[in-house]
Amino acid sequence: MEKEQDKILDEVTSGKYKYGFYSDIDTEQIEKGLSEEVVKIISAKKNEPDWLLEFRLKAYRHWLTMKMPTWPNLKIPEIDYQDIIYYSAPRQKPKLNSLDDVDPELKKTFDRLGIPLEEQKHLSGVAVDAVMDSVSVKTTFKETLAEMGIIFCSFSDAVKEYPDLVKRYMGTVVPYTDNFYASLNSAVFSDGSFCYIPKGVRCPMELSTYFRINAANTGQFERTLLVADEESYVSYLEGCTAPSRDENQLHAAIVEIIAEKNAEVKYSTVQNWYPGDKDGKGGILNFVTKRGMCRGENSKISWTQIETGSAITWKYPSCILRGDNSTGEFYSVAVTNNHQQADTGTKMIHIGKNTKSTIVSKGISAGKGQNSYRGLVKILKNASNARNFSQCDSLLLGDKCGAHTFPYLEVDNQTAIVEHEATTSKIGEDQIFYCNQRGISTEDAIGLIVNGYAREVINKLPMEFAVEAQKLLEISLEGSVG
Amino acid sequence: MLDIKNLKASITGKNILKGISLHVKRGEIHAIMGPNGSGKSTLASVLVGREFAEVTEGTITYMGNNLLEMSPEDRAKEGIFLGFQYPIEIPGVSMVNFMKTAINEKRKHLGLEPLSASDFLKMMREKKELVEIDSKLANRSVNEGFSGGEKKKNEIFQMAMLEPKLAILDETDSGLDIDALKIVANGVNKLKRPDNAFIVITHYQRLLDYIVPDVVHVLYDGRIVKTAGKELALELEAKGYDWIKKEVENNVVA
Repeated sequence: MEKEQDKILDEVTSGKYKYGFYSDIDTEQIEKGLSEEVVKIISAKKNEPDWLLEFRLKAYRHWLTMKMPTWPNLKIPEIDYQDIIYYSAPRQKPKLNSLDDVDPELKKTFDRLGIPLEEQKHLSGVAVDAVMDSVSVKTTFKETLAEMGIIFCSFSDAVKEYPDLVKRYMGTVVPYTDNFYASLNSAVFSDGSFCYIPKGVRCPMELSTYFRINAANTGQFERTLLVADEESYVSYLEGCTAPSRDENQLHAAIVEIIAEKNAEVKYSTVQNWYPGDKDGKGGILNFVTKRGMCRGENSKISWTQIETGSAITWKYPSCILRGDNSTGEFYSVAVTNNHQQADTGTKMIHIGKNTKSTIVSKGISAGKGQNSYRGLVKILKNASNARNFSQCDSLLLGDKCGAHTFPYLEVDNQTAIVEHEATTSKIGEDQIFYCNQRGISTEDAIGLIVNGYAREVINKLPMEFAVEAQKLLEISLEGSVG
Repeated sequence: MLDIKNLKASITGKNILKGISLHVKRGEIHAIMGPNGSGKSTLASVLVGREFAEVTEGTITYMGNNLLEMSPEDRAKEGIFLGFQYPIEIPGVSMVNFMKTAINEKRKHLGLEPLSASDFLKMMREKKELVEIDSKLANRSVNEGFSGGEKKKNEIFQMAMLEPKLAILDETDSGLDIDALKIVANGVNKLKRPDNAFIVITHYQRLLDYIVPDVVHVLYDGRIVKTAGKELALELEAKGYDWIKKEVENNVVA
């Protein structure tokens, strides 16, 4: 009986990481290493204006004064910042208008990833800005969105076509001095997405971006800036895949969100970066700074994330609740299996009056995974009537994994109401056997239980993402029995 | 349907079942009674394939197949159902989702199409009425927050949904008040058919007033020491298990 079960688990576990392939496209790379020269080269290759080069250089010089933080509950391998290529772009032909002109190899890669760039995508209502190794390749349906005044393009394009907008908002939520990795990103960021929703506009489709790290030793330094002007609404999806490589790959991205008065932004992420193999070798290092500023009254920013990949995940999507009556939300499911590590959570900073924040964090640990939740709820002196509800749950599969919780509550106003709940549970053999005895296999049982556990968070995702997320959860836990 | 021959089983090296032989035919209800520690639950565990119950000798044939070579899921799909003594909670997994998955797995095994959502819900309603289970129970997560009695009723409800060929009820009556007991027994009686069979494991005779057995076995120290008709249960009730123990000792001496 035991042997049967093990056999099934072996078959399923040995299924290779689905997106582990390397596409053979002509890429243009620069030498390894980081210096002012390299920063200047990156800026020059992208034809950037002087103000942006200045920004980069200031950031780089500041980075030189900083040290890598050591406070997280993570074992991080030595990173040699000189041993990384900071720019890699597929050789591009001049700007094209139709899909037919996109490099066919490139298109094939996106097809394999399941990103349809064709007009058919229009029917399902998603505009896609596909980023391939540091350069945005194509922005779909730019015209359709343009009719509504919505700007959704690559960061590089935005710098050229909407420099005022970019200048006004870039770095206002995550300044280049913010932290070690934010400084690095601000110096060498490659590309990313820029999105602007004008006053009163409700974006009719979900905006989505796919990331992909391609060549070996290229750091992925994405930069996303999303601005929702007054009374606007947008739902943004971020989903990532990466090929299977042996060397660690650094991913130090920045996402800045600004929501003006009465605006709402939903930002959803399904992260499936290569997690390293069963022995903990390889895998992406995902060190990201994501922050939203609820600038205007009644504004709202919601972060929803399903993190199943990466060797190490280190990120705290946060909300600064500056506007009165503003709302911040954070819904997260983070999985660590085999040798993965995660130190993730959120920061909710209550500044305005009557602000509200909700945190629901579901950690799942399996194998030898180490999963830490780190959350800060900070209520400033003048933030009267602030409300926070936090729930951090941990689910353990097996007895070699770990779940840790580091909640920080800094409350400086007497009218605040802060609630915190935490549970820890285990998927027991008895629960699995109960399912077995009803004819449900062990894998399916784990899938049922884990998805039931994560349901509250998964329900926050846009429909199509929710289905992918459920499958992803099941796949990421294959081979881990309670 | 079920043929157990000289079954010996141990748990963590300790011999619990010391040679059980039992034959259950379609349409029969067998009761297995015995004092604590006699091996009743171990027998149930062996039948459903729990890993910790290690079979050291003997055979079990179920519908002509070697049961011991079948995984727990396969045994379930072939129609074996266990009403657990201590049903476990599975928070976050709704009864609806749980039952739908189980039923469709069985149907797949039998080469049938999965039930449509509406057919499934209709079936749930029918069975809820049949076993008189509260609607509320069926809409919650599996056993979450259920009282002991509600958990036992939920076992019967699942049995009604899965329509097993061989249902093993492991001390289903423990922790039930008379009304709950009647509901449980009623459910079992409604599900009894000429082509299925029940093994009712119980401590007390009380349940057998409502679920009338065809055969009663007494399990003592890992062996079936007495087999008779339903009157045996009444005799036990009157004389207690000591009577059996003395008889066994006398036989040994003799």
